Amino acid sequence: MKKKSKGKGYYALCGALIGTVNGLFGSGGGVAAVPALKNAGLSVKESHASSLAVTLPLSAVSMAVYSLGQDFSWSDALPLIPFGLAGALIGGLVLKKISNVWLKRIFGGLLILAGGRMLLT
Amino acid sequence: MFWSFFAAFITGILASLGVGGGMLLIIYLTVFAGFDQLSAQGINLLYFIPIALLAVIIHTRNKLINWRPLIPAIAAGIVGAVIGSIIARFIDKELLRTIFAVFVLVIGVKEILYKKQDDPELAKRNTAVSTKNIRGNFKTI
Repeated sequence: MKKKSKGKGYYALCGALIGTVNGLFGSGGGVAAVPALKNAGLSVKESHASSLAVTLPLSAVSMAVYSLGQDFSWSDALPLIPFGLAGALIGGLVLKKISNVWLKRIFGGLLILAGGRMLLT
Repeated sequence: MFWSFFAAFITGILASLGVGGGMLLIIYLTVFAGFDQLSAQGINLLYFIPIALLAVIIHTRNKLINWRPLIPAIAAGIVGAVIGSIIARFIDKELLRTIFAVFVLVIGVKEILYKKQDDPELAKRNTAVSTKNIRGNFKTI
């Protein structure tokens, strides 16, 4: 099935939505961006790569707004970064080969448990 | 502290797989490490930037990112990011946590319902990789 490529308006509308979600929740921009980009006719690989290209500058802007009010301290985040980079590197090298269907199910299950717990407590 | 590093590591792996790991890091930080919702979100945003930067550089070199059509998305997204962040900062933190929990539940259901058929390219790639591995194993034997 070949999809028509989408225009500037589609990208702008999706971008506005992705930015708002990502700013409001401090995460989740990628979850909105990947399907939006797939829908625009990009391949799966391109959609994942491009979703980061969109969410990176948007996260930087949101981070700046959060920083204005000193809502969090950089010293809590900085020590986590090397571990995140190591994880990303290992994930990129090794796990790309593994089917991520089960990974998504486990991740989804964890989110449902966590979301439910957060709502109840 | 060890568990925070561990959570950051796992989040990095998930992020590289495109399985939105940031939400898990926020959940860890609020449920287990005692941060409030807004702080956890801020920490995740800062944490995400270098990881995404590295990935974007690699993907751009591999020509997986066509920047031109993304420009309107980024431009409009910046406006959205400012609005979303301001809302997050000024609404009640407990309310923010509740909305976040609902968002997490919705994404959880969506991920559970994910089927391989939704991702034909991945299915094809996995078959190719597994055949290659089998061949490789024979060679080593």
